[in-house]
Amino acid sequence: MALNRKVSLFTGLKYKGGGPMWAWIMHRLSGLAMVFFVGGHIIAGFLTQQFGSEVGIAINTIYENWIFQLALFFLVIFHAVNGLRVVILDLWPALLEYQREAIWLQWLTFIPIYGLVLVVVLKDALGG
Amino acid sequence: MSSRTVAKRGFNLDYIMWLFMRLSALALYALGLTGLVAALIMGARTQTDISTLLRWTFFPNPSHVISSDIVNLEPWINSFWQIIQMLVVFFGVTHGINGLRMVVEDFIGSSWWRVLWRGFIFFLWLFILLVAIYVVLAS
Repeated sequence: MALNRKVSLFTGLKYKGGGPMWAWIMHRLSGLAMVFFVGGHIIAGFLTQQFGSEVGIAINTIYENWIFQLALFFLVIFHAVNGLRVVILDLWPALLEYQREAIWLQWLTFIPIYGLVLVVVLKDALGG
Repeated sequence: MSSRTVAKRGFNLDYIMWLFMRLSALALYALGLTGLVAALIMGARTQTDISTLLRWTFFPNPSHVISSDIVNLEPWINSFWQIIQMLVVFFGVTHGINGLRMVVEDFIGSSWWRVLWRGFIFFLWLFILLVAIYVVLAS
């Protein structure tokens, strides 16, 4: 039975939660995506290792594709950096006073790391 | 239509998993750093490329370094790394599956659907955990 929150999707998206709200939404979506993709990678690894399965090889070929890798690295690094912010703010609640600034610090951490990934993956993919 | 019932404060499943999510995140950071630093000590800088180094950082499994020019694979394949891999698998899979449970339970009330979903998610957790540990022990 679904919950009746009496809030439409549109109203929900208009909620002015700002940076922390979007970080929360992206944390959930990236987490769900990672459960799906990493779970698939584990099953594919098992099938390839045990049976030399074509299906396993096919899944891992998609997994290793550079476009997929760029998306996956975005999810993983965002989830990791955002998770570290949540851990720090939850375990040291005195820092909650600076939670808006924490979002900016988080993106300042994310951008150089993902920039490095972009350079490495694209250089490899485009054969530069 | 019932609204979401919030569990009582105290030492219950929600509190334990709340704490576990934070601690397992820190554990995964520590395990990743262990793999990264050890790989550099074992000569990753000259014997591998950065993609291999990153694959090893996320999951220190020998199949992740098989395509590089590492001459002596002995330091990369031993029971120490099998234990590290099993820790990564345990913390990673449990963290992910519990995240799935939290998202699902935010959208269903405390009806019999929740019991059904909890059962399904529990067996999904057990299945992926066992498959991953099998891969670790067989590689």
